[in-house]
Amino acid sequence: MIQLKVNHAAHSFDGDPEMPLLWYLRDILGLTGAKYGCGVGLCGACTVHQNGEAIRSCLTPVKAAAGSEIATIEGLGAQGLHPVQKAWMAHNVPQCGYCQAGQIMQAVALLKQKPRPTDQDIDHLMAGNICRCGTYQRIRGAIKAAAGEIA
Amino acid sequence: MSRIWNLSRRGFLQGVVSTGAFVLGIRLVPEALWADAPGPADPLSSTAFHPNVFVGLEPDGTVVIVAARSEMGTGSRTSLPAIVADEMEADWRRVRVEQAIGDAKYGEQNTDGSHSVRSFFGAMRETGASARTMLVQAGAEQWNVPVSECEASLHTVIHRPSGRSAGYGSLAAAAAKLPVPAKESLKLKPRSAWRYIGKDASFYDLESICTGKPLYGMDAQVDGMVYASIEHPPVLGGKVASCDDTDALKLPGVRQTVTIDPFKPPHQFQPLGGVAVIADNTWAAFQGRQKLKINWDNGPNAVYESKAFRKEMEDTARKPCKVALNRGDVDAEFGKGGKVLESEYYVPHLAHASMEPPVALAHYRDGKVEAWAPTQDPQAVQETVGKVLGIPKENVICHVTLLGGGFGRKSKPDYVAEAAVLSKKVGRPVKVVWTREDDIKFGYYHSVAAMYLKAALGENGMPTAWLQRSVFPPIGSTFELNKTYGDGGELGMGWTDIPFAVANLRAENGPATAHVRIGWFRSVANIYHAFAVQSFADELAHAAGRDSVEYLLALIGPDRVIEKKALPADYDNMGGAYDDYPIDTARLRRVTEIAAEQAGWGKRKLQPGQGMGIAVHRSFLTYVATVVQVQMDDKGKVHIGRVDTAADLGLIVSPANVRNQFEGAAVFGASLALCSEITASGGVINQSNFQDYRLCRINEAPAEIHVHLVESDAPPAGAGEPGVPPFAPALCNAIFAATGRRIRELPLTRSNLV
Repeated sequence: MIQLKVNHAAHSFDGDPEMPLLWYLRDILGLTGAKYGCGVGLCGACTVHQNGEAIRSCLTPVKAAAGSEIATIEGLGAQGLHPVQKAWMAHNVPQCGYCQAGQIMQAVALLKQKPRPTDQDIDHLMAGNICRCGTYQRIRGAIKAAAGEIA
Repeated sequence: MSRIWNLSRRGFLQGVVSTGAFVLGIRLVPEALWADAPGPADPLSSTAFHPNVFVGLEPDGTVVIVAARSEMGTGSRTSLPAIVADEMEADWRRVRVEQAIGDAKYGEQNTDGSHSVRSFFGAMRETGASARTMLVQAGAEQWNVPVSECEASLHTVIHRPSGRSAGYGSLAAAAAKLPVPAKESLKLKPRSAWRYIGKDASFYDLESICTGKPLYGMDAQVDGMVYASIEHPPVLGGKVASCDDTDALKLPGVRQTVTIDPFKPPHQFQPLGGVAVIADNTWAAFQGRQKLKINWDNGPNAVYESKAFRKEMEDTARKPCKVALNRGDVDAEFGKGGKVLESEYYVPHLAHASMEPPVALAHYRDGKVEAWAPTQDPQAVQETVGKVLGIPKENVICHVTLLGGGFGRKSKPDYVAEAAVLSKKVGRPVKVVWTREDDIKFGYYHSVAAMYLKAALGENGMPTAWLQRSVFPPIGSTFELNKTYGDGGELGMGWTDIPFAVANLRAENGPATAHVRIGWFRSVANIYHAFAVQSFADELAHAAGRDSVEYLLALIGPDRVIEKKALPADYDNMGGAYDDYPIDTARLRRVTEIAAEQAGWGKRKLQPGQGMGIAVHRSFLTYVATVVQVQMDDKGKVHIGRVDTAADLGLIVSPANVRNQFEGAAVFGASLALCSEITASGGVINQSNFQDYRLCRINEAPAEIHVHLVESDAPPAGAGEPGVPPFAPALCNAIFAATGRRIRELPLTRSNLV
């Protein structure tokens, strides 16, 4: 039996411990904010936080999340919109929007690591998140704006 | 041409609005069918009544606008309702957008070709203006005052002399009983009074997206559903010779396997066939697939080898092909001798690779199917599912979710048909989830293309004769057996509509056989045609020893409107009436000048290893010029710096959204120029996921994209696609300027530049 917390709520799981966290969140818990994009950690659409750090949930077996605190996009704005979400809206970042939950979760983690990110920091820490619609320029702008808000 | 009906209390929007609502419906009649217009006096008496737009007003004041077109990131779900709301004088905050199911009553629903705003702009305005006019009349009648003393303002009707006012909701019941005003009597709002058009109504789903709400096909859930993952035949048209599913069935969570019949050629939108693993969750279905032991009968398409096929296409393009456009006498001009330039260009297959792979949920019950799908074309879902299951299409209900990207892939509903077939077999709702590998290996690919161009150079290096041949397996091969030539639509995308002022010009098209599924892909044939034409123009400029922009403007020539009769009879102008949307070279010139000016062409000091390139292209009735600046690093790799795109798409409904589309188009263009390529060996696609089907990442994308929109009163044109075609040639022309190396094939990974 695997015990873990998702968005502060306690859960236990007795299914296949090798199941990636992504599918546990989506198919078992019904939390569909984290998205499937590639299944092999190449696109970042599945990004969630484990104990505050960005991870690729498609590569993380549920057993590796045992005992930890998982946060998804659904939990991020639970107490009102996070500054990164607000910046995303103010900059009209999304087009189709499918990758944006992952982008936002990655950006939130980035700003914890680099509260005043340079373009190089953003290139480095966001390069794992693909956006097929090509919203990168707005992502860059929104991250910088959110950095100003948070700092 | 259009006509509006008062459909209140007629049950047309049952389930969408309440019975007390005031409802208008409008039917757009395509130009070709004007003879049949205006349609039946009583719409409900005719099965042919297909209104395209609906607006409803609830007694509580909520305005319900039905979005009959799909939202895949281009913003149509916001822009179209905003037009209605503006003319209606509705408060955008009180507008609810309802996504339509697939139904012929909405008219054509295929969201492709960048035409949602263009085709529906007028109809949306008329619908909104009719509703406003009727509400004002209802107010005037209630107060027993002349209509001329009343006006509508932000969800309220006001009687000016007395200052009395009534909210829209309170007038819904009265307005519902009024006749629709004659179209000629409608007073459309002047441009100065627009609240939302040309401003920026916020993206309807913005907050839902940023908070991770379940919006997409991938997120769809219903009680009792099971999950499916399908092992498709590795070669198009292949069949299952034998399948051992013993090990798959041993896995926990795996319920059963189902063999899906192969398609009957032509494949169209039918399922590919293969073996499906049905399981309790997506992961178990994926795992089960890996345990299947299948022997395949690959069939005739196993001959497909990309390298050999390229050579075959290039050989075809070097010989005379079928003439698609002929002006003057190219052969006589070439016969005179003199300086001649020849070049060949190549663009590979591309996969759409929308971030949400194909996915669909379907439930078959008692001869009927209910489906939830991210689809660009819910009526194609109805038709395909109906045909594959042998049930009437009316028995197929298709709910349209948001699309996690479409780019043309999701106009083809094979994946929805798979879900329906499987649901019928297993007796439960089935959600089919394609892996990324499935998406890359089993696409409806953008066509591979080879082009040959030849010009005779006269005075000042201007071409006196221009010959161009393009060869590509056509999209028609998806629908018809043995189709090897492009149709007027594909050739009208940057080939027969070439706008250059050259007296002797011939455009040809050669045959090529498709061995994979070929389909529409964002910007379609414009991608390879613009790459060849705009690269060649730059080659000619260099041969002439002239500046690229100055030479390009000379090629465009004097301002003029190209006559329709100068174009092939089957030139379709993307369905736009030619009188409204002629090829206007003044607009082409203007965007070229703006892009060059804004980029600092000829003024900006370039360092060694830097270069600027330009390309201009009209597609989807929109004029776009792009200047790309590059920096070569000490390893000889290219980095894309600043991009300036100037676009003239006529009147713009949502400028912020249009900017987003053109910024995205530059990145989409960068992906296909830099690193994306699909190839086949033995009929099997060699790429599988983002490690080998590469897309541009944030660190590879253009460093800055500046979009310059031309203010215009011309009718609205396309926004989603036209930004893509000029990007790759502008980039390659910039590389030439920086290095002296001419790139004639994509992607640049082939030239070791990435």
